[in-house]
Amino acid sequence: MSVLLYLVPMALALGLAGLFAFLWSLRAGQYEDMDGAARRILSDEDVRK
Amino acid sequence: MGAEAVDYSVFVDRDPSGHDQMNLVVEGISDDSAIADIERGLSALPGVVRARLNFTNHRLSVAWGEGASADVVMARLSELGYRAHPFAPPAADEEAQRAKWLLRCLGVAGFAAMNVMLLSISVWAGNVSDITPETRDLFHWISALIALPAAAYAGQPFFRSAIAGLKAGALNMDVPISLGVLLALGMSVVETALSQEHAYFDSALMLLFFLLAGRYLDHAARQRTRSVAANVAALRGEFAHRLDGTGQPVLVPVQALQPGDLLLVPPGERVGADGLVLDGRSSVGEAVVTGESLPRIVSRGDTVHAGSLNGEGALTLRVTAGGNQTLVDEVQRLLDGAMSARSGYVRLADRVARAYAPVVHVTALASALVWLAMGASLHDAVMIAVAVLIITCPCALALAVPAVQVVATGALFRAGILVRSPDMIERLAVVDTVAFDKTGTLTLPEPVLRLPADVDRSLLPLAARLALSSHHPLAAVLAREARGAPLAGAMEESGSGVRALIDGREARLGSLAYCGLPLPAHLSPSASLIAFRLGDQGFVAGIEQALRSDASDIVADLARMGLSLVLLSGDRPEAVASVAQALGVRDARAALRPAEKIAALTELKDAGRRVLMVGDGLNDAPALAAAHASLSPVEGAALTKAQADAEFLGTRLAPVRDALACARSAMARIHENLGLALLYNLIAVPLAVGGYVTPLVAALAMSGSSILVTLNALRAGVPKAPAAGTTPRERHP
Repeated sequence: MSVLLYLVPMALALGLAGLFAFLWSLRAGQYEDMDGAARRILSDEDVRK
Repeated sequence: MGAEAVDYSVFVDRDPSGHDQMNLVVEGISDDSAIADIERGLSALPGVVRARLNFTNHRLSVAWGEGASADVVMARLSELGYRAHPFAPPAADEEAQRAKWLLRCLGVAGFAAMNVMLLSISVWAGNVSDITPETRDLFHWISALIALPAAAYAGQPFFRSAIAGLKAGALNMDVPISLGVLLALGMSVVETALSQEHAYFDSALMLLFFLLAGRYLDHAARQRTRSVAANVAALRGEFAHRLDGTGQPVLVPVQALQPGDLLLVPPGERVGADGLVLDGRSSVGEAVVTGESLPRIVSRGDTVHAGSLNGEGALTLRVTAGGNQTLVDEVQRLLDGAMSARSGYVRLADRVARAYAPVVHVTALASALVWLAMGASLHDAVMIAVAVLIITCPCALALAVPAVQVVATGALFRAGILVRSPDMIERLAVVDTVAFDKTGTLTLPEPVLRLPADVDRSLLPLAARLALSSHHPLAAVLAREARGAPLAGAMEESGSGVRALIDGREARLGSLAYCGLPLPAHLSPSASLIAFRLGDQGFVAGIEQALRSDASDIVADLARMGLSLVLLSGDRPEAVASVAQALGVRDARAALRPAEKIAALTELKDAGRRVLMVGDGLNDAPALAAAHASLSPVEGAALTKAQADAEFLGTRLAPVRDALACARSAMARIHENLGLALLYNLIAVPLAVGGYVTPLVAALAMSGSSILVTLNALRAGVPKAPAAGTTPRERHP
């Protein structure tokens, strides 16, 4: 059962990493323009030559 | 806007990095290229540091430093071919903050629920195989470590609302929710400390997750309709000509006007603020304000109201603070009374909670006492009571109403109806009488041209081009028919008409007397007349308020839906009578003042009717607030729309029928959902009372019932309109 000693913390750390990534993306305003994000990804006009 | 200077300063503010910034609503965004066009086009300007277009709500945020200004940005946008309107982000910012907060809570609850479920499934699997008590306790303690802080954070929306409800002496739905979550957590900690088999950490978190998802969706759906409504308001954003100290007119947004400002209102423009006429003489159309379709003559000393349409003469006004004139004052006073009357309405979910919460709490207590009396230990009896509270925690019940509302709000949004108040659907569904205002509601907001059948239509293009040179509102209607430039050398004679020389013949457009034409026989008596004469030819056209293209079909549909119809108008009796006759509405009342409209509604209410009021004018605002439910076209007066439960878009009346049909169907889904939630409780509560509920059973029962209720909610939408009696085409492009 000693495997739990590092598996449980690892599972928790991964979950927390996901949570912080979500909170960061929320704070960065990534959910404010869902339609725009879907369209911007297809536009190549932002590629600077 | 011509050469006149424009003052955008009200819309410009400082962003945190010290740049000036402005928000705009942009028209005509339809495809992906708009994003690149606008953002690159603006960023290329010297001084512009940021240009970001939000494709979802069509809002553009621009920031600039040295070298750029609001005027440069606006000019650049129109060069790029986009019409933009400055926009002050409304106080709804608080709503956006709340949406973000709910989403953060949802994220935390989701993270915690997933991780605790991971541990719980290990424990459930271990309980039927070979888990050691030490490992189980370790897993339970880790679960507690995750669940307690997560619930303390993610449960706040419910805890706060429950405390607020208790302080107000009412049991809302959040009281049993909070109690259920807190008890589940508290008991689980005690059980863990006693090294027992069962802990309910996962139940508590799953409950929070489902409920927060419902709250967030509900909030997001309403926020979307609010932002569209705010955009429409910005697109109609109006400017006024303010006279500065030297008497020079400067264009300012009407929001920037202060009491005491001097205002110039040119012929044919809308009045930007309530004011006192200092100079000038004109007729003003107050259809938007009072519903009266004939213009009123004003001169020095008279008051005019914001939204009125100025006629043939220029007026100079002194802006007065809203509230010290007869009409606005009266409307405001009536509003205060009407709003307090409606606040007595209790939402269905809260009414259910009031009945539900005591029953649940009594059942839990009773089952503990019965088990004690039957010789169970105190520990077991308390366990049973807590299991009852957890299993009855109104997860399905709390989702039953919001899930349907989210789906119905979305369906209404697609049908062109912007829902403002959260409980509108419940109130709309029980309506049995529809009261319509006439002008601007049953009729189109803008008047239309009516030509008698025997008129020589070949003169019309010429007349329309001549009308371009006139400032008169009636001529403006005719001018919409114009194809081509205004006629050279046209002269406007204020108060009578315009004239020009065409191929040596004199053309005149104006009053009948000005053109020397007789009164025609075939025009409706409610129309205003405009005459055109070229040499010895000529015609007289009527300009009148036209019914919305589908008005009679919709009124017939409403009657077929079993609703009784009433017409409450501030307009003259003969104008109201002709509309009532055309639509087949028997109960039509004319020349009503705002207070009389409320009296008419009160009379209907006393007769046991639940009334939907549909109106747009300032004079309708108190009636909208007093009615059981209310709708307003998006062109209505701002004060009026603020009272409406929903606004509808477009030139057709169909949204009124769709809203009613959708509300009724949504209400049916809500009742089914409440039935499902009740059924769930009827099955689950005896199991809990009998002591058969383990955490696994609780998890399955709660998620199962929640999913069932949500799926049923998806069936709510706008029912298919009856095939007969609808006109798919728009008569007015």
